[in-house]
Amino acid sequence: MKKKTKTIKVDYLARVEGEGALHIKIEDDKVSDVKLKIFEPPRFFEAFLRGRDFREAPDITARICGICPVAYQMSAVHAMENALGMNVQGPLRDLRRLIYCGEWIESHVLHIYMLHAPDFLGYEDAIRMAKDHKAIVERGLKLKKAGNEIVALLGGREIHPINVRVGGFYKVFSKKELSVLSENLKWARDAALETVRWTAKFPFQDFEQDYEFVALSHPDEYPFNEGRLISNKGLNINIADYEKNFKEEHVEHSNALHSTLKGGGSYFVGPMARFNLNFDRLSPLARQAAEEAGLKGVCNNPFKSIIVRSVETLYACDEALRIIESYQEPDRPFEEAVPCRGEGFSCTEAPRGILYHRYKIDESGKILDAKIVPPTSQNQKTIENDLWHFVPKYLDLPQDKLTWQCEQAIRNYDPCISCATHFLKLDIERI
Amino acid sequence: MNVSNNTPQILIIGIGNLYRCDDAVGILIARKLKDIESDRIKVLEQSGEGTSLMEAWKGYDHVWIIDAVSSGALLGSIHRLDASKESIPSKYFSCSSHNFGVAEAIELARTLGQLPEQLQLYGVEGKNFQPGEILSPEVEQAMELITGEMMQQLSSSL
Repeated sequence: MKKKTKTIKVDYLARVEGEGALHIKIEDDKVSDVKLKIFEPPRFFEAFLRGRDFREAPDITARICGICPVAYQMSAVHAMENALGMNVQGPLRDLRRLIYCGEWIESHVLHIYMLHAPDFLGYEDAIRMAKDHKAIVERGLKLKKAGNEIVALLGGREIHPINVRVGGFYKVFSKKELSVLSENLKWARDAALETVRWTAKFPFQDFEQDYEFVALSHPDEYPFNEGRLISNKGLNINIADYEKNFKEEHVEHSNALHSTLKGGGSYFVGPMARFNLNFDRLSPLARQAAEEAGLKGVCNNPFKSIIVRSVETLYACDEALRIIESYQEPDRPFEEAVPCRGEGFSCTEAPRGILYHRYKIDESGKILDAKIVPPTSQNQKTIENDLWHFVPKYLDLPQDKLTWQCEQAIRNYDPCISCATHFLKLDIERI
Repeated sequence: MNVSNNTPQILIIGIGNLYRCDDAVGILIARKLKDIESDRIKVLEQSGEGTSLMEAWKGYDHVWIIDAVSSGALLGSIHRLDASKESIPSKYFSCSSHNFGVAEAIELARTLGQLPEQLQLYGVEGKNFQPGEILSPEVEQAMELITGEMMQQLSSSL
């Protein structure tokens, strides 16, 4: 019998941050190949950092991504402080959580409303969705703005914030200055709750996998900047042991390195991992909203990540308000960082998952070596695995519908290809 | 913001990434124009993320956006588009790593009735978007041309 082959090609993957290509090959109604391609060399910034002063790392790495610059700054300052034996506490620590809340709100809302919701409601994009759902899109834009305002105030400006430094901030704020954010945040908290309820009603594909979720875990709080790295399958390590437990592999079809757990394979980072591993440390309001949305603490369906992102947006609004409420202006905006030879490690929770930084510096503070592992390259293998299992369930669909389903499955991860590389072209090929 | 007689009426937005060679051109032009900021003229740098652009131009009547483009035209060509009158092809400003970028922001704003009265786009045809801090000489020439042209327009409008 003649072999029946089909190829799905999507040369350009829409509604992800960056450009990528996905290629899927189907032979005799069986998936025979899945390749998520990333083209650009990801290592440039690591080389670029060598020879620079340790104080420059937060601002240089912030330029890797226009969506999550705060994450890069946070991982950079914590790694440098780790190298210098510093431990920034008190109001400066709170301000770092606050600016991260702003970035989570901005990034999550952009993805929920502009990139992901159109999939569930059957629109090609947010522009077409806005024609029928004007008020909802306007709510999304206003909600995102509440996050922008936090980043703009604490970061000195909205895009590529410049106020973060090793040891703290260049400038800190009075309680009165911070309180200005509260009014919009109270509205945003209500809007985020509405967002949870809105997304919970979407139609979801029936798709669950046995994932290994990896996230930071802190005993007292939902994680942003500190904690141990844990998983639902027994991982529990210090950040300094990251490279002993994870490995990066070059795969031929992608310029971004694939991360895997040594001896464990692919793993899953991001909102669902944080949620599943830290559910009890969400604020009561966020926890209750999640439960009402049908999430009882563990979610294994990546399509429902849009609800989890909404719950985290709600949490970020709630946490931002809590921090502003209890804030006391610190005596000084930063702790002095005195250079010394050393090596520092850090993992923080970027909107899309753990962002690992490691730096070696010499006695004058010059960077000798840098390593950066962004969340999207860690999820890349899991995305491919999802497609291996997901596509066979939908083989009867016409080509365009199947392609859309695959793109939606990728968008579950909100892949930020500008972090993993710059451009990602998605090319889904069906043979 | 609300524009009145004593607040800026003209907004200039330079878009790009300083560490992506030709992609920096929008930001570099914005920096050259920064000195002419006044009560009526505001100059901003942006990464090109669409919803932030929509937020930035709120309240302004006249908005100029400068970005690098990659359309296959001659390196250093200057594209001028009047977005208040014509739709912008979504792939046109795709140098940015953002999927919800300049073109999407313009079309969503058009749908929501949030487009400025005048929205002029200046695209500089780039070629090298690799990591780095060097502009192609042709892009540098285009940068000088646009800066001069804008300076002239702004001084005649004052």
